[in-house]
Amino acid sequence: MSTETVEREPASKIELAPGIGGGGEIPTFDITLKVRRYNPEVSDDAYWDEWKLTMYGTDRVLDALHKVKWEHDGTVTFRRSCAHGVCGSDAMRINGRNRLACKTLLKDLDTSKPILVEPIKGLPVEKDLIVDMEPFFQSFREVMPFLVNRGHEPTKERLQSSEERERFDDTTKCILCAACTSSCPVFWTDGQYFGPAAIVNAHRFIFDSRDDAGDMRLEILNDKEGVWRCRTTFNCTEACPRGIQVTKAISEVKQAILSRKI
Amino acid sequence: MQVHKYDVVIVGAGGAGMRAAIESGQRAKTAVLTKLYPTRSHTGAAQGGMCAALANVEEDNWEWHTFDTVKGGDYLVDQDAAEVMAKEAIDAVLDLEKMGLPFNRTPEGRIDQRRFGGHTRDHGKAPVRRSCYAADRTGHMILQTLYQNCVKHNVEFYNEYYVLDLLTVEEEITVDGVTKLQTRVAGVVTYDLATGELHVFQAKSIIFASGGVGKVYKTTSNAHTLTGDGMGIAFRRGIPLEDMEFFQFHPTGLAGLGILLSEAARGEGAILRNSEGERFMERYAPTIKDLAPRDIVARSMANEVREGRGCGPNKDYVLLDLTHLEPAHIDAKLPDITEFARTYLGVEPYTEPVPVFPTAHYAMGGIPTNIKAEVLQDNDTVVPGLYAAGEVACVSVHGSNRLGTNSLLDINVFGKRAGIYAAEYALTADFVDIPDNPLTETEALLDTMRSSEGGERVAQIRKELQDIMDANVQVFRTEETLLEALSVIDGLEERYKHVTVQDKGKRFNLDLLEAVELGFLLDMAKVMTAAALHRKESRGGHFREDFPERDDENYMTHSMAYKDPTATETSGVRLKTKPVVFTRYQPMERKY
Repeated sequence: MSTETVEREPASKIELAPGIGGGGEIPTFDITLKVRRYNPEVSDDAYWDEWKLTMYGTDRVLDALHKVKWEHDGTVTFRRSCAHGVCGSDAMRINGRNRLACKTLLKDLDTSKPILVEPIKGLPVEKDLIVDMEPFFQSFREVMPFLVNRGHEPTKERLQSSEERERFDDTTKCILCAACTSSCPVFWTDGQYFGPAAIVNAHRFIFDSRDDAGDMRLEILNDKEGVWRCRTTFNCTEACPRGIQVTKAISEVKQAILSRKI
Repeated sequence: MQVHKYDVVIVGAGGAGMRAAIESGQRAKTAVLTKLYPTRSHTGAAQGGMCAALANVEEDNWEWHTFDTVKGGDYLVDQDAAEVMAKEAIDAVLDLEKMGLPFNRTPEGRIDQRRFGGHTRDHGKAPVRRSCYAADRTGHMILQTLYQNCVKHNVEFYNEYYVLDLLTVEEEITVDGVTKLQTRVAGVVTYDLATGELHVFQAKSIIFASGGVGKVYKTTSNAHTLTGDGMGIAFRRGIPLEDMEFFQFHPTGLAGLGILLSEAARGEGAILRNSEGERFMERYAPTIKDLAPRDIVARSMANEVREGRGCGPNKDYVLLDLTHLEPAHIDAKLPDITEFARTYLGVEPYTEPVPVFPTAHYAMGGIPTNIKAEVLQDNDTVVPGLYAAGEVACVSVHGSNRLGTNSLLDINVFGKRAGIYAAEYALTADFVDIPDNPLTETEALLDTMRSSEGGERVAQIRKELQDIMDANVQVFRTEETLLEALSVIDGLEERYKHVTVQDKGKRFNLDLLEAVELGFLLDMAKVMTAAALHRKESRGGHFREDFPERDDENYMTHSMAYKDPTATETSGVRLKTKPVVFTRYQPMERKY
């Protein structure tokens, strides 16, 4: 291929509306970022640290945290990876709400007040914004989060209609960030509760037409630490950065337990 | 020093690592080490699909897929490897379906398939529907499905264990009367992020599946954590790196941010337009237009901008136009990427075209392997017990330009192979003794950084590295830009010796981690630039404006970059070549 287009051949075109694609300078603004600090290597006490930062209109809370870590204080500690809301590393409490730092634009927050960033609740804090995720993944593993199919293995794919596929589409979106589980007041007071994320992942298989272990999962979730602990406060649904209807999924699991012979 | 013993140790828990673990874990005692949690791996960010000639929706076969892969890679693909991949693609997709992956379905309930760049029917006649997909979150579904199956098979994970060194010894061997030194692997050294302690994992087989190196660039679709660690560790231990001059720039990154918008958008009918509203790809690839391979589309976009037909106040991007597609169709097939446009740019793709520009996306090169995923220490000597798969490896199925979807395929096909062969080897081999003082080099590396008061900041050096790579080692390169880049990198490397980390603690010291990662980034940027300087032709993802034509006579070879302090002119990187494997296709001019 040549990069020289000496004489441009005609190409089909459309009229673009004026000013298309946005434009102009990206505005800057000042924020105060307050981060809840904790490092047991240094002290048993947690405290608030704060910085005044100049940020851009397209910046997210993660950018502000990076600015602090990279330019001001390298000891500020948090997890992150993909930085666009698909890996689930950076769930944290931002102004009291569980969100992903990489998906929360600063301009969408009230920047006239300090922006408060804390670790998610209900899981042991390890350092600053890092919590111990092991109890969360333990609950996930307990609901048999994998396809179980006892039938004859076909040579090609198992068939599934689009309607059957659609039935559990919403709960396949989970990225295991723990925003839902750590927003749940029941989970805060009772760490034994499976929590919304584990139930979402059970739902993903219970309602998959190819799966044969739904009854076993329903049995697991019929436990005293299972779905019946849910008090339908909808915190989880509000917290989910993937827009999963978490409370609805939990209700569907409850109904399945009641309507089946368990 | 804590020592763990496993038959097989896998470094990295993305698609390739977990696909390997599912095989290896059922055959031999296996551990997976990852610096993240498995589900955080960047496989999860892949969007558009995984190609396989299932022929569920129209006529197709694996030979056409092989041809497209070879042509897409501008004939630098090892054709035996491409054939393996295209043939095994079909089982790779069916394996995933049986593991539970929720593919989109046809009205008959079969796995649905859609068009993707460079994938054609009958050797280039027209686009073909070959990509199996789950909306625009296929990578997410693959990562989740593989993790679910690792849970099912009780795979042992060591999360947030950062591998920093490969323990090797050398043994004399004689092949065809020639005596040479063969590298043997004994294990790996890892840094436990939670405690700051070093652990040695002794293993008979080691699989590197640690992903790519996109963070050498500023504008990239890659995660912050993709810092070329695996490639860097191998390179420092004397393993060569193959074809590192070939780096893919994905055409449609969100302008200014680099966040990926899948090629599936164009597969579903989206059109690229310049400031005049023109569908400019009609000029560059008259037959398949917007569905030309990524190197061609990215270059065409960069060219439109250069010639003044870019959009926006700085005329520095083009537009991805989905406005003629039905909103319901967009919601069903492209929900995530349209949400990215809304969230991060505030653009509504139903009604407005989305600003896009090429974003650094994928390393075609990496640790050289054969089709059994065995690592090569030179053109033909295998390192027994050492394997690599996925983006960290170069087998080479992507040649000088990877086709869309072939990376998800690569990790599944060669991840599976690596797992099987590594376990089989481990069941017959003995452990190699851990060398004396295995931690010395790693401890020295960490102690120097923790104690240095030189005052240089990691973030500043990294930013300057990313700036020069974006400016000088991007879609267009010349000898001048490459030499300048190399000299800047040399200077940064000097300053890197005086880096100070502020966090002096042991617990979750991610400040220290970033400093270590920067060392790998600098090494890899140097290798990529030196290899680009060495290849005085234009092929696939490597476009030299001072040598704009493909030169099969002199450069129809893979490059092999070795660490060699005596190669002072190329910053300690010695470039050699390795023949390309041809089976059925002779090089032709690459037109679409």
